[in-house]
Amino acid sequence: MKCPPFDYHAPRSQAEALALLARHGEEGKILAGGQSLVPTMAFRLARPASLIDINRIAELDYCRAEAGRLRIGALARHARFERLVAPGPTGALLARAAEHIAHAPIRTRGTFCGSLAHADPASEWCCIALALGAEMRVLREGGERLVPAADWFQSVFTTTLGHDELLAEASLPLLGPDWRCGFAEFNRRAGDFAVAMAVTALRLDAAGHVAGARIALGGVAGTPILAEAAAAALLGAPPTSDRLRAAAALAAEGFEPTEDAQVPADYRRDLVRAMTRRALEGSLAT
Amino acid sequence: MNWTGRRLPRTEDPALLRGEGAFTADLAAGARAVRFLRSPFAAGRILSITAPDLPPGALLVTGADLEGVGTIRPELFRFNYRAIAQPVLPRERVHFVGQPVAAVVAATPEEAEDIAEAILLEIEPEEPVVTIDDALRPGAPILHAEAPGNTVVDGTIRHPDCQAAFARADRIVEFSLRSGRQNATPMEARAGLAAYDRATGRIRLTASCQMPHMLRTGIATLLGMAEADLQVVAPDVGGGFGQKMALFPEYPLLVWLARRHRGSFCWIEDRNENLIASAHSREQRHHLRAAFAADGTLLGLEADILANTGAFSCYPTTCGVEPLMALAEYPGPYRLPTYAARARALATHTCPAAPYRGVSRPVVTFGLERLMDRAAAALGIDPVELRRRNLVTEFPHVTPTGLTLDQASYVEALDRAAEAADIPGFRARQAAARRDGRYLGLGLAVFNERTGYGTPAFAARGMGIVPGYEVVDIAMTPAGDVEVRIGASPHGQGLRTTLAQLAADRLGLDPSRIRVIHGDTDRTPYGWGSFASRGAVIAGGATQLAADKLATRLRRAAARLLQAEPEAVTLRDGAAWAGEASIPLTEIARRVHQRSEQLSDLDGFNLAETAQYDPGGTFSNACHVAEVEVDAETGHVRVLRFLVVEDAGRLLNPLIADGQVHGGVAQGIANALLEEVLYAADGNPLTGSLADYLPPSAAEIPLIEIIHMETESPETLTGAKGLGEGGAIGAPAAIANAISDALAPFGVDIAELPATPARIRALIRNAR
Amino acid sequence: MSKTPIRLTVNGLPHEVAVEPRRTLADALRDDCGLTGTHLGCEHGVCGACTVLLDGEAVRACLHFAVQADSRAIRTVEGLAAPDGTLNPLQRAFWENHGLQCGFCTPGFLMLATWMLEQPGPVDEARLRHVLSSNLCRCTGYQNILTAVRAAAQELGKWAETAPA
Repeated sequence: MKCPPFDYHAPRSQAEALALLARHGEEGKILAGGQSLVPTMAFRLARPASLIDINRIAELDYCRAEAGRLRIGALARHARFERLVAPGPTGALLARAAEHIAHAPIRTRGTFCGSLAHADPASEWCCIALALGAEMRVLREGGERLVPAADWFQSVFTTTLGHDELLAEASLPLLGPDWRCGFAEFNRRAGDFAVAMAVTALRLDAAGHVAGARIALGGVAGTPILAEAAAAALLGAPPTSDRLRAAAALAAEGFEPTEDAQVPADYRRDLVRAMTRRALEGSLAT
Repeated sequence: MNWTGRRLPRTEDPALLRGEGAFTADLAAGARAVRFLRSPFAAGRILSITAPDLPPGALLVTGADLEGVGTIRPELFRFNYRAIAQPVLPRERVHFVGQPVAAVVAATPEEAEDIAEAILLEIEPEEPVVTIDDALRPGAPILHAEAPGNTVVDGTIRHPDCQAAFARADRIVEFSLRSGRQNATPMEARAGLAAYDRATGRIRLTASCQMPHMLRTGIATLLGMAEADLQVVAPDVGGGFGQKMALFPEYPLLVWLARRHRGSFCWIEDRNENLIASAHSREQRHHLRAAFAADGTLLGLEADILANTGAFSCYPTTCGVEPLMALAEYPGPYRLPTYAARARALATHTCPAAPYRGVSRPVVTFGLERLMDRAAAALGIDPVELRRRNLVTEFPHVTPTGLTLDQASYVEALDRAAEAADIPGFRARQAAARRDGRYLGLGLAVFNERTGYGTPAFAARGMGIVPGYEVVDIAMTPAGDVEVRIGASPHGQGLRTTLAQLAADRLGLDPSRIRVIHGDTDRTPYGWGSFASRGAVIAGGATQLAADKLATRLRRAAARLLQAEPEAVTLRDGAAWAGEASIPLTEIARRVHQRSEQLSDLDGFNLAETAQYDPGGTFSNACHVAEVEVDAETGHVRVLRFLVVEDAGRLLNPLIADGQVHGGVAQGIANALLEEVLYAADGNPLTGSLADYLPPSAAEIPLIEIIHMETESPETLTGAKGLGEGGAIGAPAAIANAISDALAPFGVDIAELPATPARIRALIRNAR
Repeated sequence: MSKTPIRLTVNGLPHEVAVEPRRTLADALRDDCGLTGTHLGCEHGVCGACTVLLDGEAVRACLHFAVQADSRAIRTVEGLAAPDGTLNPLQRAFWENHGLQCGFCTPGFLMLATWMLEQPGPVDEARLRHVLSSNLCRCTGYQNILTAVRAAAQELGKWAETAPA
């Protein structure tokens, strides 16, 4: 189980990386944490001709709060989020989810942006990005674009990222104290990819009514998905136990589950119902 | 000082802890890399194998190159066994996805893999037989012409009075159960390194194996070479659990390469190969029917046992090992007046089955202990009480399949377990939890484990190759150290330590003066290996016998030197003592070898002895108790508590014994909840990575509590009984019973393992 | 396939080797540096047998290319004991508590635990289980591995008692 051959490039600057991407096109691939890419190559399911290793580009290694958003550079690793990177619900949600991402020695290498670029449907970061409305800052030689999370995920392992593009930064809104974020995931063995997960965010008004609601589901379809009907059903009323339960039921019915030998569709729906309710309840528990 | 029975840290450990162990792959420097090209189809006809232009030094070997090489074709002379043959590399047909069809040699593993990937393998796919149902279907494709109906073994035991027992039964309990397929998954996958010695013309095969002597004989026979020209070495072996017993085609191919090309060739199996193409086990279906009297007395049992044993028959045990062990051992520790059973091994286009820790007994115990719980419910009798009424209490006891149960503690272990589990306290907690919508369950499993059995037991199976005995050569060197050479070959069990403890006591020596030498056919007497929970019992017994013989000679020599009677001489603290007078053993050893004019008239010129041991076998026993919580919404099972009351006779090293129980239980829990090899309908394996096939992590395994009982066996020399497999045998049943107990409000009954969350959810959903 | 010269500092000693870019750090340590204590159990990042410390952080050496480690500092199991072979407290705890059987996964567990014990702050039962669930062992059922690391943490003053769950 050895990787196929490739050329290796280790640019020292973002500009150099973009030039390499432009040069190698479809044959090139960014190597950040490598925690998903390398096993895929070991099974020879991916065989990029060139790897462009961005690990030595210091300017991509950051994570900072700025103008109401958390800006996460391409080299910010999972482990960084285990401790609060920002006060408030966003940082707490990230910390909560981080410990579910694989295992400690994976988290020391894998990156937030790498997860978004890899777009595994069961990725915690992808689900959170969709739930909170992340924005991707995508660079290519001589160009830049911003892509909202809703437009980012195309299908399994596929995003709008072009072959000559680098996901240089993802940013998340820093939610105010009126938001309550929840996270729940189910897997069979510690650290494994989730069989189902739910990320929820509720904004409560002064009367304790739900004034804003976002629910994202991961691991259950080709991409993370929003449970919009379920979220809408929570608006305008207090988040009572019955209403949370009803929203979870809506979430479970409102999507087409992926199926495989170990996870039939109706079981995925069961899990979505349970995870959605638990994430919602958990977010309100404190 | 008594060394035996102490929690002595292992002599094996310091090197392993420093990263200085020598596993096969660690020795591969300088060898050329071998990569096997494996069949991508379950069934098909090989049309062609075309290589690209090979780089200099690279080789491609196909079945066509192996003229004169034999087939792997183990024999069994009973139970309607049909001998089927496995080619080292096939010429005509492939029989499972993963079967090696060609070997590529290159300078590095990376390059070998590149070349293997570029080979054009043309196979015309044929209809595969994948499941038990596929194999039995009338008109199904036949894998081997020798085995009509794809039935390789068809064994029957039928007591004439069995029907009558059912006729007079007050209650008949009948159900089917299914056990999923498993992979033993040693952390070190298979590996082999064959090196040609130009000076002697001999080959040394270093292999991660459990039975080096058997492997040597098997390979020499296949290749038609002098066995004396082949040395097989099992270096540090990274776990085996049965998987590394078999003669796999990869090993003779390595030796063939080394002979033909006069060089060194190394194959390090990768994890994907190990998961799809080493050996699987436990894919079985049982149908049970049991007759009970109203008072709970078990009157009779009928069992129909089907095992999917894959494409070929494993050497040397044959594919009969699973169904026939189930056939012989279904009665377990219970009094069973009459029995009727049929057990079949079915050939399919899947990876061959081979023994895995416990062999069939995890499945049998699952069946028998579910039966006890089901019968208890049906009869309205407490499950502990029902077991107590049926467990064997008088020994020796002959089972309806002719096995003799030696002294054991079946009821006592059950009672100890029930008490330690605090069942009344648990029931109160269970009731309280249910009121909160939480589902706790408690499950028991009582079982016995046939261990340490020698030649007669294997001969009774009708095996063409009958293992069983062990031989130990012992010698004291002129400097007074002791070498113990054993035919058995441990793979992580710590036999070096345990056997040194045994010998130390017999010789009055510190174990640090004793070296146990194993795993090298050049340096050890012919023997079998580590499997069937036999190391401590059989190699231990032979070591004790050999040490006793050596001690006798040391005493005789000491008697002359001390001018005492041999009977008056004792060995302790590294010296021979007669009253107050003593002489160091080092001095005796020196004189025997170097001043032989003084002593050689007694026993000759050395201090070497040999001993053989071939016991009939013994049964250890245990009771496992699992406490679980089932998440009814997700089907997830959390094991809250796991208790083992274990009776393995005299414990030679409790530290090691506990470790064996822990490891076995962890595998058993995983068997119950996590691990399953899956195939698609076309015979493609779906669990080819450790992200799909799920050995447990520390997060899934609870604290395991152990209570030891020590009913010494009169049937073994050391008083010890084997315990290597027991943990894996009882845990699946205990977990299945605990889940069924937890979900009793839903009427859920676990009849299929692993009880995955998806399956549990389906049961709950369908029950509602 | 062309090779790239790199310099790895392993357990404080420099190793100048030339590797194909595709060679993993694990393979380079084993085959190019001759340090075979780092084992390969799966080569796809699940089992953790190949865990080493890279610039002080625990990583899976099978998921890291050797070229990426050029001029970096690596610690492997061979660096734990004293030069005369004396076991360090963690290794000794594994020995005394029977924290290994076949020993194949052991180097990975030792490096994982080494990293955990070098992190700031104490280790409690939950943290212990969480971190050690990163690696797979097939022999021990984990019980004695946990016991060993707990004992080492206590000896090193890194253990925080918590109420039993």
